Amino acid sequence: MSDRSTGHAIEAEGLVKTFGKTRALDGIDLRVPAGSVYGLLGPNGAGKTTAVRVLATLTRPDGGSARVFGHDVLREANAVRSKVSMTGQYASVDEDLTGLENLVLLARLLGHRKPAARARAEELLAAFGLTDATDRQVKKYSGGMRRRIDIAASILNTPELLFLDEPTTGLDPRSRSQVWEIIRSVVGHGTTVLLTTQYLDEADRLASRIAVVDHGKVIAEGTPGELKSSIGSGTVHVRLRDAGARPKALSVLSLALGTAVEPDADPVSLTARVDGSDFEASTQAARALSELAAAGIVVDDFSLGQPSLDEVFLALTDAVPAASAASAASASASAEMETAR
Amino acid sequence: MSTAATTTSDVQTVFVPSPETLGAVLAPGARPPRPSAWSASVTFGWRAMLKIKHVPEQLFDVTAFPIIMTLMFTYLFGGAIAGSTDAYLQFFLPGIMVTSVVMITMYTGIGLNTDIEKGVFDRFRTLPVWRPSALVGMIFGDVLRYILAALVILGVGLILGFRPDGGVMGVVAGIGLLVVFSFAFSWVWTMFGLILRSEKSVMGVSMLVLFPLTFLSNVFVEPSTMPGWLQAFVKVNPITHLVDAIRSVMAGSPDASSIMWTLMWSAGFVVVFGFLTMYRYNRR
Repeated sequence: MSDRSTGHAIEAEGLVKTFGKTRALDGIDLRVPAGSVYGLLGPNGAGKTTAVRVLATLTRPDGGSARVFGHDVLREANAVRSKVSMTGQYASVDEDLTGLENLVLLARLLGHRKPAARARAEELLAAFGLTDATDRQVKKYSGGMRRRIDIAASILNTPELLFLDEPTTGLDPRSRSQVWEIIRSVVGHGTTVLLTTQYLDEADRLASRIAVVDHGKVIAEGTPGELKSSIGSGTVHVRLRDAGARPKALSVLSLALGTAVEPDADPVSLTARVDGSDFEASTQAARALSELAAAGIVVDDFSLGQPSLDEVFLALTDAVPAASAASAASASASAEMETAR
Repeated sequence: MSTAATTTSDVQTVFVPSPETLGAVLAPGARPPRPSAWSASVTFGWRAMLKIKHVPEQLFDVTAFPIIMTLMFTYLFGGAIAGSTDAYLQFFLPGIMVTSVVMITMYTGIGLNTDIEKGVFDRFRTLPVWRPSALVGMIFGDVLRYILAALVILGVGLILGFRPDGGVMGVVAGIGLLVVFSFAFSWVWTMFGLILRSEKSVMGVSMLVLFPLTFLSNVFVEPSTMPGWLQAFVKVNPITHLVDAIRSVMAGSPDASSIMWTLMWSAGFVVVFGFLTMYRYNRR
């Protein structure tokens, strides 16, 4: 058995990977606890895909080291390969073959004999709602079906660690929620999932820990809650009954909260940041609500929440280019690289 | 787009992942042992067969192209070089068979390059199987195309009047040598398929290598009329040895020296380019 004692599925230190002059990975450290979904969050070209490729033994790092369940990704690549599965951003099943043929092929390569391979393939197709598409070429699948066959191909042998590289990019909302449901089931069965995504709501919903990656470095790490409270303020959202009352509500709120209030795109909504401790924030919010009532403004919805991950993300990723213009330039070049690949 | 949207409308139900059914397929069963190198390679060969089944158009280059080559050169050069097309054909057919099949080997590199582009190879590379098996299997599939192309040319030749003295055995042995050499030569293209960025550049490099290699040989004419420096190249060209070997076995008088050279060249290609290919494959 693997290195379960440390409880880490992945331990990476100082991973570096350069493509020409661009540093796609600029010293990434990761510790992924076993048995959960770990999110790698970052903009395009941040180095997420490169990190996953290194950990899945597809790319050799130029520096640093990484272990998957205690096995070194370079020296014990085959041991790592027998524990992991990978679902890439791009189709990684054969488009020319049918769904069934793809799964049978991979099952055979994992050592299943012919009848067992076929049985396993059919079982998976059924569980992923692809029975009707069994004998259809994968290139004729819709985006959601493709992603499902891709994930099905990754769990032919239930892996201990599953890499999902932007599994919902380009999917419609229904297909996204199907994929989310599948991911929850996979984790529920003890598989560790390393999920890369550029969608904050996805990381928020699925991941129990998140590393925010930008310019090939981890710039923040923690639970979604920790990341949100790290930028230290809450947000008040107000939705009015009547759009006409918004200018008045805006001035009432900024007086009561003592901060800038932003009108949202929705003509009846307003958002304000409240600083200070949780207690101060809630007293301020309560006062704001009663002032609105006193001013005769009808409020349909009033909420005080932590900042969204979007706000955290923007706050974190904004800070870096300002700190070093040079690394920003290299990151934009690596963004091009990732798009080109 | 959901399942329902793309498959024919009406009564199709939308897929709702259920924890029970997913749970059943996720329960880790007993892991089968790793497949052997041979079994993994054959499985990849099966994939190549399936691709031919789904995209039969790809067989165009192993059927139409060789037929055109054979007809074109037989009638173009036959009278001028040997006095009659019939006489020329006895000399020329083994040579054009080699030219056509060796030219087809470049599709190995193109196919590999396309696979990499599409991401299929990334999945194969994360499997705990014998590393070269994906490539060996791919070339197994290509060997079927080589045999097909050779048979097509043989058929055209027999119709036009090719009468090999070596009989069935001689012809089978000749095609056997050709297949062995082409299998080995394919490793040159797997290397280029891994190194070069696009399908087009693989095609470009292949043409650059294949045209001189096949034309500057004894395929079309006897080298004795060529200038000395060209004869020197023709003499060491592996295609010349291969054509000599095949002509000799098809004529029923096997030439041990050229057969030896052919087998040595084949072994050399596998060792050198197989190694370079796997080096690139592991370090991509």
